[in-house]
Amino acid sequence: MSPRRTASGGLIDRSRSIRFSFDGDFYTGHPGDTLASALLAQGVTLFGRSFKYHRPRGVLTAGVDEPNALVTVLRGDAREPNIPATMLEIYDGLTVVSQNRFPSLAFDVGAVNQLGGKILGAGFYYKTFMGPVFGPLKGTRFWMFCEHFIRRAAGLGRAGKVADPSRYERMNAFCDVLVVGSGPAGLMAAKQAASSGARVVLADLEPRLGGSANWSGESIDGTAAAEWAAATVAELKARPNVRLLPRTTVWGYYDDNTLSALERVTDHKRTARKGEPRQRHWTIRAGRVVLATGAFERPMVFPGNDRPGVMLAASAARYATEFGVLPGGKIAVFANNDGAYRSALALREAGTSIVAIVDVRAEVSTAARELATKAKAEILAGQAVVATEGGKTLSGIKVQTFDAATGVVRGDARSIDVDFLAVSGGWSPIIHLASQAGARAVWDEKAQAFMLPPATERWTGAGACAGEFSTGEALAGGAAAGSWAAGGASATDPVPEAGGAVLDIAPAPVFEIPAGGKAFVDFQHDVTADDVRLAHREGFISVEHLKRYTTLGMATDQGKTSNIPGLAIMANALGKQIPEVGTTRFRPPFAPVSVGSLAAERYGDIRPERLTPMHDWHVDNGATMYSAGLWHRPMIYARPGETVDQAYVREARTTREKAGIVDVSTLGKIAVQGPDAGDFLDRVYTNMFSTLPVGKARYGLMLREDGFAMDDGTTWRLAEDDFLMTTTTANAGKVMQHLEYLLDVVWPELRVHLTSVTDQWAGAAIGGPRAREILAACVTGTAVDNETLPFMGIVHGEIAGAPVVICRLSFSGEMAFEVYSGAGHGTHVWQALMKAGKPFGLVPYGLEALGTMRIEKGHVTGAEIDGRTTARDLHLDWILSKKKPFVGSMMMDREGMTSSDRLQLVGIIALDNRPLNGGAHIVERLDRETPRDSIGHITAACYSPVLRKHIALALVRGGKSRHGDRAYVSDPLRDRFGAVEIVSHHFYDPEGKRLHG
Amino acid sequence: MIITCPYCGPRDLSEFAYQGDGNRKRPDQASTSQKAWNAYVYDRLNPAGEHNEIWQHAGGCRRHLAVTRNTLTHAISKVGFAGAGATRKPAPRRKPRQKS
Amino acid sequence: MREYSALSLIRNAFRGNTDWKPVWRKAEPKPAYDVIIVGGGGHGLSTAYYLASEFGITNVAVLEKGWLGSGNVGRNTTAVRSNYLLPENNRFYEFSMDLWENLSHELNYNVMFSQRGCLNLAHTPAQLDDYARRGNALRHEGIDSELMTPAEIAREVPALDMTRSARFPILGGLMQRSAGTARHDAVAWGYARGADRLGVDIIENCEVTGFLRDGDQVTGVQTSRGEIRAAKVAVAVAGHTGEVMKLAGIDRMPIESQVLQAFVTESLKPFLDTVLTFGMGHFYVAQSDKGGLIYGGALDGYNSYAQRGNLPLVEEVMSEMLALFPSLASVRLLRSWGGVTDMSMDGSPIITTGPLPGMYLNCGWCYGGFKATPASGFCFAHTIARDEPHPLNAAFSLDRFHRGAVIDDKGQGATPNLH
Repeated sequence: MSPRRTASGGLIDRSRSIRFSFDGDFYTGHPGDTLASALLAQGVTLFGRSFKYHRPRGVLTAGVDEPNALVTVLRGDAREPNIPATMLEIYDGLTVVSQNRFPSLAFDVGAVNQLGGKILGAGFYYKTFMGPVFGPLKGTRFWMFCEHFIRRAAGLGRAGKVADPSRYERMNAFCDVLVVGSGPAGLMAAKQAASSGARVVLADLEPRLGGSANWSGESIDGTAAAEWAAATVAELKARPNVRLLPRTTVWGYYDDNTLSALERVTDHKRTARKGEPRQRHWTIRAGRVVLATGAFERPMVFPGNDRPGVMLAASAARYATEFGVLPGGKIAVFANNDGAYRSALALREAGTSIVAIVDVRAEVSTAARELATKAKAEILAGQAVVATEGGKTLSGIKVQTFDAATGVVRGDARSIDVDFLAVSGGWSPIIHLASQAGARAVWDEKAQAFMLPPATERWTGAGACAGEFSTGEALAGGAAAGSWAAGGASATDPVPEAGGAVLDIAPAPVFEIPAGGKAFVDFQHDVTADDVRLAHREGFISVEHLKRYTTLGMATDQGKTSNIPGLAIMANALGKQIPEVGTTRFRPPFAPVSVGSLAAERYGDIRPERLTPMHDWHVDNGATMYSAGLWHRPMIYARPGETVDQAYVREARTTREKAGIVDVSTLGKIAVQGPDAGDFLDRVYTNMFSTLPVGKARYGLMLREDGFAMDDGTTWRLAEDDFLMTTTTANAGKVMQHLEYLLDVVWPELRVHLTSVTDQWAGAAIGGPRAREILAACVTGTAVDNETLPFMGIVHGEIAGAPVVICRLSFSGEMAFEVYSGAGHGTHVWQALMKAGKPFGLVPYGLEALGTMRIEKGHVTGAEIDGRTTARDLHLDWILSKKKPFVGSMMMDREGMTSSDRLQLVGIIALDNRPLNGGAHIVERLDRETPRDSIGHITAACYSPVLRKHIALALVRGGKSRHGDRAYVSDPLRDRFGAVEIVSHHFYDPEGKRLHG
Repeated sequence: MIITCPYCGPRDLSEFAYQGDGNRKRPDQASTSQKAWNAYVYDRLNPAGEHNEIWQHAGGCRRHLAVTRNTLTHAISKVGFAGAGATRKPAPRRKPRQKS
Repeated sequence: MREYSALSLIRNAFRGNTDWKPVWRKAEPKPAYDVIIVGGGGHGLSTAYYLASEFGITNVAVLEKGWLGSGNVGRNTTAVRSNYLLPENNRFYEFSMDLWENLSHELNYNVMFSQRGCLNLAHTPAQLDDYARRGNALRHEGIDSELMTPAEIAREVPALDMTRSARFPILGGLMQRSAGTARHDAVAWGYARGADRLGVDIIENCEVTGFLRDGDQVTGVQTSRGEIRAAKVAVAVAGHTGEVMKLAGIDRMPIESQVLQAFVTESLKPFLDTVLTFGMGHFYVAQSDKGGLIYGGALDGYNSYAQRGNLPLVEEVMSEMLALFPSLASVRLLRSWGGVTDMSMDGSPIITTGPLPGMYLNCGWCYGGFKATPASGFCFAHTIARDEPHPLNAAFSLDRFHRGAVIDDKGQGATPNLH
């Protein structure tokens, strides 16, 4: 049974029941219920515990502004904390637990914090927990000890530790008109815009479109407002140029009318249909935006205003009318405005009794009095609620005479026996999105609220959001906004008539009843009126200081119910007007958004994976792969039983003794083409390229504009006006962008075209004493002998029927060739090379062996060209042309870049015959206990099979003049210390005899 | 932010890469004025308000664009191709490519 | 009630908390001071505090155009660490760390400095070597640092995705145990209170609109509240350095103002006990004492003074967070905001005399200003008081760019949005 469910009425589907659990107890509700409405219907009043004092809390609102009733939803092992019960649609099997309580919601030991009372006022933690100045707890220890417990007491829900199995989706939408909010104003705006042919998107965060029409109890166009809304929605749905997005919170208003929205696609379902994501992240690019977001009702600040059973008046009316739930039996209403009288009547008509309407105003309008009469409610004018009674539910209130002009309470308190109190402190238009778009809110003295400033070319407001508080005004305003947003071309459709009491909702400027006792401003964060006054006393008077010092408005509801009352209390303390205190600028998101939805398709797939054409071959042939940027590259091809070290040593040794092949498809490749290509390359490389003969390649170095080394690689001249540039794998994108910038911005007169061809070419580097024989065995269409293919020569031919370009160049130091083929032929050519190489002992090798051979040769890579080194630091002076200017040439010789104590490239040999590590440092005097005075670091290290020593490249201060010096490796992180010798970085074949064959 | 690329049309910010201050003038390639080079590489106008910038349509046509954008509001008032107006040398008559 | 303690809290509670006094006086500007500090952010306030406490200069005014701490001291992600690569940075930030460790006592204000560690995750062997280089550099400067194995990391941060099949598997990490977080606003308020107690005038809502000059010599400032003279005028307005220097006739600086977004989730029970960074993108996260996960990523990447970012960066940062913590997909983003950062040309700051006589400049903090607050104030105060830099900020000169003596921790060159 549902003790508080009305016998009939409401928009829930009473024909079906839904079973769900809350804190392990099972309850039932109906389709159309939120968790809040379903539990209220069952007589549940206690929903959660507050943040700081762990006070028992009920439901304050019926929507997204809820500060109190936050729960955790369990989906298998995944947890979704801090969900407002007011926004959670129930479904069969929904499992929900309360949060921030121990051991149980009803008995929470954290409530002991309430005893701290005034000691735990705003900012108390800044004044204590510093701990002793001397002794073992000095420094930060005492605070960290306290912090351990504070952290556990704070926080709300608990996040899960297992991956969320849900799928999230991204969607882009483009429209002429975006209407946010589907109340009477939003529906009219959408209808008007759609009928003039505009592409319209209408979004509303509620599952049921219609907004206040669903619970106002008014009539529109001669029919019940809810029915008018349903009919209008159906009409819009039928139009091809309208997209309706229920359950969709528009939460961000970014530059150039880009708005972001979260659609909760399946959160209300037990199981998703095939292909449905849990949530969808919308990016909506709108021509114009109609903000029909409505208004939030404000609570009043008075002692005990946080007790379960105290609720905003319109929310209470909404539960009664839309959900068929009576939030109380004997109800009092506490108000400073006429609007609350309508709520009182709605509650009465749903079947409750209204014991009294306590109104802070001495004078009450005739319209309001008529509503009170209909509601059979006594008006206690010029009075205020000064206390509430009860525990986890309300049992009564105390009322006293109140002077709205002076804000003073006097006379005797009178107790009234009620089980529910509906409160209304006026209305605040929901102007968050406009504020995000840069609008500065304007204070309206009559409405006692911050209003939208005049509309811009991009957005306009309609309905309560724009201060059109009556349904009649909202309908007319919505129609006008829709017409404007669609370009204002067609005449407005007739605006339907609204039936119902027309009330002036302007409230009396009363926000707080100062009567002693804890009166809450920010419910969730337990910020009281006294806290605001303490902030004032301590000088935290700017609105931002108030927020930061008291945490007012920083909770999950982001101050939707607390901002204005907090400002009002501060203004009062300062003796200023509210707008003089200011308002905070709203920032995205309007309401909390799941992190998963924002990551969308990138959740579980953060970056693309780049695979070379030969990737599958590597994997099939035993390669251990690792990532290098976005690429996956072979590290080693281990044979059974081999360690990593054994594998790379074997691969490198075999390459030097016979032949080895490595996949170099990841190198950046840029086609540089055009009549001025040679000239262009002369400008971007430190050395000459215009003089390079066709059919030859040359090693080149590029500097950044600031003169530091940027990247190196070989560039091949394929024809007079056609170069193929290679870059390092890591810098491919950066170099491309650098060159494009220079051509577009600096030298647009040069006739050069750049094309990235990294993915078009597969590359295999085959090197070793037998490499030429292997090529000879499989290449057709060209000779590969020394005359036809000299060092740095290029030939075109075929391998196994596939066209290839072969360049004789060497990174390993052996005679070597880079064989490029179309990417689609990559594996085919690679396999042909492997087959041809089998009789010669060819082995595939990975990056470890590649690194070993390059260290032996002293070639630099990204570990040495690290953005901080110069060409001279790396012994690349020989490549700096003196005949021409080039990028960086005027910057590379400044004093800071030429001093002799810079880090310079050297070789290192371990004298203790133990492995060296990349990242170890070099020192002149070894001190294991307190390592100090580093003179440099190892950039790359290996065991050299040819030298049979552990060697490394290093950047050492003044390294060029240290060759032959004894030093030490100092690697405290890995506890590796030992003697080393500093040598030239050319460990192996310094004359290059082997590569010339 | 939406930038209207003169080649591709209006496109989302996510397609563009910021390529820095468009007020900088790179010295002539042959310039030997250290002062001019230092200023080009390191010194920035950095205005609060209208700013001349270079953006690359990196996720589109890859052209560099000269964009005038307000750094206080992000409003874009002008977009054109960077380096527009440069005179290219006339293209030579293209010799038939030798097959190799 | 001047001294803060548990006892003073209790005593005040009995009096209904009516005896608390303003944390700093709302001072009116005097016609002249020995030193004017332009900018009432963390660095301006700490400079004022150390001028008074360490160098005996108390006739000082701090001028703030808005409310105190309204710049980046109140907008950052609160991490405090000294785990840089280059020695100039390491020494400076480690000195800052020393000051942090005693700051709450020194200021009699709990800035909640929590030394919960900072862990940089590594995802490739090359990155592990890189981190080893950095960690060893720290150890050789006497700064704590350790490499952690994946197993150790899994114990320390249980919700991390430690699977080998992750897109970027975690191969290890570099931990600085002494690093941590502090309550950002409290740092501004604590220094303000400390400086105020030593006689410094802190003047809010006082915007500098020009500099008073006698030839080249700077002799004071024009403000929205009138002219104020001073023998020495110090500028600490990171984020708006370019605009303020234009008032002094210097129209180009090695700085770009760019927007950096920050994010916080709803409050959660303790989830993460260290500061954590992702190695394959630009992402960092810590949990506040209130329970929100505070995190951020790269700059939006363009010049902006709007304190507002855009959506692509938001999406990028969220996806990075989930690459580390897949369980957080169902946790909700609560707030986002933007700060205007002074991005320098090498990623390191500027603390110097000049560039005009009578002027002193503190700027270019990029991402890193918050953790530097104590050392920056101390060294800047030294620079102002002695008219020469402290040894720890001697390298952070303005002319280092033109000289080619850059301090480029990331090796990105003169491309501010990459630092």
